Amino acid sequence: MTATAVLQIAYYLIILLALAVPLGHYMARVYTGEAHVAQRILDPVERLFYRLAGVRTDDDMTWQRYAGAVLWFNLLGILAVYALMRVQDALPFNQSNLGPVVPQVAWNTAVSFTSNTNWQAYGGESTLSYLTAMLALTVQNFMSAATGMAVLVALIRGFTRRSAQGIGNFWVDLTRGTLYVLLPLSCILAIVLVSQGVVQTLSPPVNTVLVDSSASAYGKGLLTQIIALGPVASQIAIKQLGTNGGGFFNANSAHPFENPTPLSNFLELESILLIPVALCFTFGAMVRDRRQGWALLSVMFLIFVPLLAICVSAEQAGNPLFASLGVDQHAGDLQAGGNMEGKEVRFGIVSSALWAVATTAASNGSVNAMHDSFTPLGGLVAMWLIQTGEIVFGGVGSGLYGMIVFAIVAVFIAGLLVGRTPEYLGKKIEAKEMKMVSLVILVPAAGVLIGTAIACVVPAGTAALGNPGIHGFSEILYAFSSTANNNGSAFAGLTASGIFYATTQGLTMLLGRYWIIIPILAIAGSLAAKKIVPPTSGTLPTHTPLFVLFLAGTIMLVGALTYFPALALGPIAEHLLIAAP
Amino acid sequence: MLSLFRPAAVLLALFTALTGMAYPTVLTAIAQFAFPGKSGGSLISERGKVIGSGLIGQPFNAPEFFWGRPSATQFVPYNAKASGGSNLGTSNFALHEAVKARIKALRNADPENHAPIPVDLVTTSGSGLDPHISPAAAYYQFRRVARHRNLLEDRVRALVDQHVEDRLLGIWGEPRINVWRLNRALARMK
Repeated sequence: MTATAVLQIAYYLIILLALAVPLGHYMARVYTGEAHVAQRILDPVERLFYRLAGVRTDDDMTWQRYAGAVLWFNLLGILAVYALMRVQDALPFNQSNLGPVVPQVAWNTAVSFTSNTNWQAYGGESTLSYLTAMLALTVQNFMSAATGMAVLVALIRGFTRRSAQGIGNFWVDLTRGTLYVLLPLSCILAIVLVSQGVVQTLSPPVNTVLVDSSASAYGKGLLTQIIALGPVASQIAIKQLGTNGGGFFNANSAHPFENPTPLSNFLELESILLIPVALCFTFGAMVRDRRQGWALLSVMFLIFVPLLAICVSAEQAGNPLFASLGVDQHAGDLQAGGNMEGKEVRFGIVSSALWAVATTAASNGSVNAMHDSFTPLGGLVAMWLIQTGEIVFGGVGSGLYGMIVFAIVAVFIAGLLVGRTPEYLGKKIEAKEMKMVSLVILVPAAGVLIGTAIACVVPAGTAALGNPGIHGFSEILYAFSSTANNNGSAFAGLTASGIFYATTQGLTMLLGRYWIIIPILAIAGSLAAKKIVPPTSGTLPTHTPLFVLFLAGTIMLVGALTYFPALALGPIAEHLLIAAP
Repeated sequence: MLSLFRPAAVLLALFTALTGMAYPTVLTAIAQFAFPGKSGGSLISERGKVIGSGLIGQPFNAPEFFWGRPSATQFVPYNAKASGGSNLGTSNFALHEAVKARIKALRNADPENHAPIPVDLVTTSGSGLDPHISPAAAYYQFRRVARHRNLLEDRVRALVDQHVEDRLLGIWGEPRINVWRLNRALARMK
């Protein structure tokens, strides 16, 4: 790696930590209901919402009611997004007189945005009206993120409460997360992004005349360029902060209007990991043992940094097949070099690879370069980070509750080794918790592998491929990994808008979101009802370097054992194919 | 469980009003007041007509212009109402063939130039609208441009030098040149 690459990554991580620590402690105050600045301003709004909705803040929900509230709210969200897309032609703010979105894409997108996946089966500027972008996509960007954080907070309450029936109130957690965390951060970020050139307008697309009139020699006789605009910054801010990732434009954050400068890129990159990292500190503060938050965060960094180094090096090395063509791929002061297919010059290799690793580690799924055109090893890193279950940072809320599940697996394995009942944070881990934990780990893995297997043998599955051979298999594997783990990025050569993929991916997204949330809430309910066991000399401490290594090893082992055969058929085989002389 | 329907429906409606209507419209108002040009797409007008955006690339293929990056957008290159990349994998034969054809076009336009070709000049961008090329890609082309415009090479080279944008604080992003701005400045040279 070049010196600027190392500097860029180091500064990125240091600034990330500096921002996440105060935010994490602030969020702990938000969710425990302690006084804070934003509350003084927005408290009337919060109380008005509760009054109109008939919500009582002291209504402590059992895990079953909490789950019921999550499912009702998300079901209505799916219906609202679907309906808006199907009738957008009859509604105002339809800048280019776009027709209704076709049923399978509307279904896919409705599930996609409600489940915090934000898979793009839609084409952005060529499919969605401004109204759809605002009322459907932007709203669900907020709601799905707030839902994820609420479920995490409910799980944390399972650890902190003793002999309790309830795990909190979903409506309160949802409202506070949105009003006091997501909305203020999004407003600030959106304004700064506009200052860099991210558009924010309700005006229709504009026509311009091309400078080089001979460019019409492309055969189409076109001398004009129609430039799509829109209310972009408001959607992009929450899309980055809420680990959503669904773009306003088809090209997502590679588009100059979503991400015009190195500074906008840096801020959008920080936003991808900001809340997931901050939540580790929220966790530490809420369980009254900050070391526990640091331990989980250390595991995330321990996996993240080496994979980042692999991805940057692989992309910087370039495409070995170009070597004989007289193409200069060396990095220097005058060019980024490396594998530039699908990448923007203003970001080059380092900013693109850093983004790819961050967006797949977190379940963000926005892209500033096209992952389909990454080198096999670079693409492998992205795909494997998704397949670990989106727990290395992961989605807002969902990442940390996934990581806590793995921590439970780790103490369980450690308990088996020495023959003691495992405990985590003073709560005994017993048969019920382990059954739920198994569901959380097995359901997405089954979705990925069974889905990929079916798509490989169905004609509609292989007809949609954008690349032949091994790389085509990688496109399918990436698609099911991304949807079943709610990431949303793609090897986008795959045509995702056809009936087969739009329908099945919708199902895997539902499976990967709600079949995780329900077992997580069941664990929360079961733990909350238990007493807290005081630690003894036989208790395994869960904040030590030993436990950090043990947990990281557990994650690597589960991820590797589950996916190695599939990865060997895809990116590993492709790497060997093009690396051979 | 039916008692949960009312709060779900009411809160969804309220948050739709707040985050789907109030938030984007208030932001639009603030953005258009504080950054009127940038919020509207950094459009540049000449004699009352919009002639382009400082952020969106345009296609160039006449030898007297600097060429930008190849574009893989639908229907036409640099289609700014349907952004997107080629999504060709590194091992794809079609990518190999496309790069070979682009190298051939560059060599044909400038037969005396035998230097290795900077990679960004023969690969498509992720958006298909990349307004930039690397400085290396501009220096590769300046002799051809000078020859076709009957300008001194040094003057064209100096113009390229002026248009180099550096990394932010020497760390973030990459050195780059906005092709559209460079070509507009070139067209004004006498």
